Amino acid sequence: MLLEVRDLHVEFRTREGVVNAVNGVSYEVDAGETLAVLGESGSGKSVTAQAIVGILDVPPGRIGGGEVLFKGQDLLKLKEDERRKVRGAGMAMIFQDALSSLNPVLSVGQQLGEMFVVHRGMSHKDAKARAVELMDRVRIPAARERVGQYPHQFSGGMRQRIMIAMALALEPSLIIADEPTTALDVTVQAQVMDLLAELRRELHMGLILITHDLGVVADVADRIAVMYAGKIVETAPVHDIYKAPAHPYTRGLLDSIPRLDQKGSELYAIKGLPPNLLNIPPGCSFHPRCPRARDVCTTDEPPLYEVSGTRHSACHFWRETLHDVDN
Amino acid sequence: MGRYVIRRLLQMIPVFIGATLLIFLMVNVMGDPIQGLCGNKACDPATAAQLRREFGLDKPVWQQYLTYMGHVFEGNFGTAFNGQPVIDLMAAAFPVTIRLTIVAIIFEIIIGIALGVVTGLRRGRPVDTTVLLLTLVVISVPTFVTGLLIQLLLGVEWNVISPSVSPEAPFNELIVPGLVLASVSLAYVTRLTRTSIAENRRADYVRTAIAKGLPRRRVVVRHLLRNSLIPVVTFIGTDIGSLMGGAIVTERIFNIHGVGYQLYQGILRQNSQTVVGFVTVLVLVFLVANLLVDLLYAVLDPRIRYA
Amino acid sequence: MPEHTPGGPGDGAIAPTGAGGQMDIATEGAGPGPAPGGPEEGGFGQPRSLWSDAWHDLRRNPVFIISSLVILFLIVISIWPSLIASGNPLSCDLAHAQDGPSPGHPFGFNGQGCDVYTRTVYGARASVTVGVCATAGVAVVGSILGGLAGFYGGTWDALLSRLTDIFFGIPVVLGGLVLLSVITSSTVWPVVGFIVLLGWPQIARIARGSVITIKENDFVQAARALGASDSRMLLRHIMPNAIAPVIVVATIALGTFISLEATLSFLGVGVKPPTVSWGIDISSASPYVRNAPHMLLWPAGALAITVLAFIMLGDAVRDALDPKLR
Repeated sequence: MLLEVRDLHVEFRTREGVVNAVNGVSYEVDAGETLAVLGESGSGKSVTAQAIVGILDVPPGRIGGGEVLFKGQDLLKLKEDERRKVRGAGMAMIFQDALSSLNPVLSVGQQLGEMFVVHRGMSHKDAKARAVELMDRVRIPAARERVGQYPHQFSGGMRQRIMIAMALALEPSLIIADEPTTALDVTVQAQVMDLLAELRRELHMGLILITHDLGVVADVADRIAVMYAGKIVETAPVHDIYKAPAHPYTRGLLDSIPRLDQKGSELYAIKGLPPNLLNIPPGCSFHPRCPRARDVCTTDEPPLYEVSGTRHSACHFWRETLHDVDN
Repeated sequence: MGRYVIRRLLQMIPVFIGATLLIFLMVNVMGDPIQGLCGNKACDPATAAQLRREFGLDKPVWQQYLTYMGHVFEGNFGTAFNGQPVIDLMAAAFPVTIRLTIVAIIFEIIIGIALGVVTGLRRGRPVDTTVLLLTLVVISVPTFVTGLLIQLLLGVEWNVISPSVSPEAPFNELIVPGLVLASVSLAYVTRLTRTSIAENRRADYVRTAIAKGLPRRRVVVRHLLRNSLIPVVTFIGTDIGSLMGGAIVTERIFNIHGVGYQLYQGILRQNSQTVVGFVTVLVLVFLVANLLVDLLYAVLDPRIRYA
Repeated sequence: MPEHTPGGPGDGAIAPTGAGGQMDIATEGAGPGPAPGGPEEGGFGQPRSLWSDAWHDLRRNPVFIISSLVILFLIVISIWPSLIASGNPLSCDLAHAQDGPSPGHPFGFNGQGCDVYTRTVYGARASVTVGVCATAGVAVVGSILGGLAGFYGGTWDALLSRLTDIFFGIPVVLGGLVLLSVITSSTVWPVVGFIVLLGWPQIARIARGSVITIKENDFVQAARALGASDSRMLLRHIMPNAIAPVIVVATIALGTFISLEATLSFLGVGVKPPTVSWGIDISSASPYVRNAPHMLLWPAGALAITVLAFIMLGDAVRDALDPKLR
């Protein structure tokens, strides 16, 4: 297994109290596999990724427990300097907003080349040549001329390609993409997503795709993990989930996608608000918003039930939910 | 870039004219330059009238201003109270004040930025709180008080420095006065750097730099500092002019014969030629410093350069 | 074009609070300040207005409470100095010149044999008067001119920008020396007038900037679309929202104005005797500082505490009003 996250806990200390952002998340990604992590903002999906890569703001953040096994080695036990060497070289991250995520005062060539200078000890001249190659690879036209330009001189799509190029620079075995296309125009989204998927195949990398957009997921992901209130509520191969979700929350997410064949009917929305992480509801944290909630949901926290060999659901009534769809 | 420089140069012209005219008016309308020439005695009316004609003081003020500016551009700043050309006074005074200002700016850059970076990275920790409190105290105690106290302690009590600076004012004698001159600005540089660092520390591009696996030192120096120092450089640049203008207090305390000293003498003796001349040059220095800051800003921030 | 940082502080010059937006004199760790939202959503409680929110924060901020108490005390003794000082600051006896502390004269005597304690207490009046009046004048002139320029834009705005550039081009202490050296009045009013004359552009820039920002807000655009008159827009929609940064900068400027008054008096062109001013007393004590440091230290200490109190008050107010910290 390339990456195994086991029972990860992350909390933030604020003046109002302790925010439990991640409460015992476990998931795994194999080489060449794409895992989509799905959830609303505040579900803890980005914080989990930050904890994996090791870019959590500490303080106020704190890893409360768990393991992050990367190629069998627990990253949380490494010294900061060893950990640093894994970042960028072993695993890389692509962020949502490329404009703010790229340094405004350094040229893209300097920012790309820096990877080779720091991790591979290359000369600045060689690093620049590699930067041009990378830009070619992510299909930025006129790479040789544009290598000295600054982020603000590129369009949104091109900037995200530069982010991708930077992540791919050292051909890491794992890429974590946090909402990589959310900030882009719809027309550009597909291009960037296709590029990412294609390069992932070529380099046989593992990919964790963090998103709230189910439309993106269907085409590229192999498996899906749905997060709610800092926990995984359902994991399944992508087709199974689309066919029949085993958790009411996943169901709600799927039902709230606008579809052409339902034109004219009212769009479904999950009622209520995401939970306050300072004060997560007892029992199943989704119960205040769940259409299927019973008394047991308010008191007993559901474990991850095994639905099939490859599927899990954290719902007391996963059978009923699964069955519901067939009707 | 070239057009930008030209536009900024053109914008300087009305400001230069306005500021010098304002000073010219202040000096000429508020005081009687002839009275100054006669020293402490009252002027003989006939002599006064003759002097007025001689200096063109019977003409309207705007005409006097134009004549004066005409002379200035020929390098003629008039004569001081003792018959010395003002330009000679300047030649003696400006190098001293420039040395003093250089010392002050170096203090601002080295101490101010270093403290700002340290506190910005350790926000809320004891170091931060202590330095913040110190900067508040430095800002609150007027420079002349700081100067007098330092002179008392270092110069008189402990004899570390000479309480007054010799007329040649070499660099080594200007270290303590330079620190006094810099003190308030230094506190501002510290705070500005601290805020800027603390703001940018959580910036997305810093997170990217960490995610790239760069060593902490490189993240701080190459990514964080480079961005955070842009406002600081702007401040220090504009401060050059203010320091030279504000040196008057420090120069007085440490008896430094620089620009402030000459200006003070000029004002005491109501010698308008000296005052207007020095202030005109100071205004010019201030404006040029501002221009340089704008250009430096464009060099540091490509978003401005290519705007 | 990059924003200028306006005139920096030379010796006791008007502080560069033009860059004030960035120059937060935050007092973290000094007590419960405004609580930032958690990293995730979770806002709760009733939404409050900026002002009541700020007041809520201020009441709990020890820096604010201490500096307010110091300022209150200063105001009271500047109105009724005889409450705590029974002597006359102008009755001096050369026989006691430079004497140290003695019973009834806890701070000793100055070079003219005047009681240093009495003079230090009476000195508060000049400082507080200059600080408060100059700030009020600067705030009124600056926010009116800056606000109008920001609101109407165009020629007026360009004119104001050039005018503020001109004023920023004049070093403050120098301007004071030139303008005030010919004035013989011993009152504080020429100093107040001078500070207003050279200080208003600082406030005008802040007011202009914040009016421009707020003018672009949707709610103002909506009011305009609904046909609100200019004066209604300015008074009802823009000013209440634009005034916060002006108040913050003005409060901090108050401290620097007091410092400026003392500096000018020290140079002999500010307040003149027989008016009692800390600046004058520090100046006249400075030649004797070796033998009789008490003559200098008391008025200097009083001056420093006064300026510090106002700057800290301004700081606390900024922390409370700065929406960026929320």
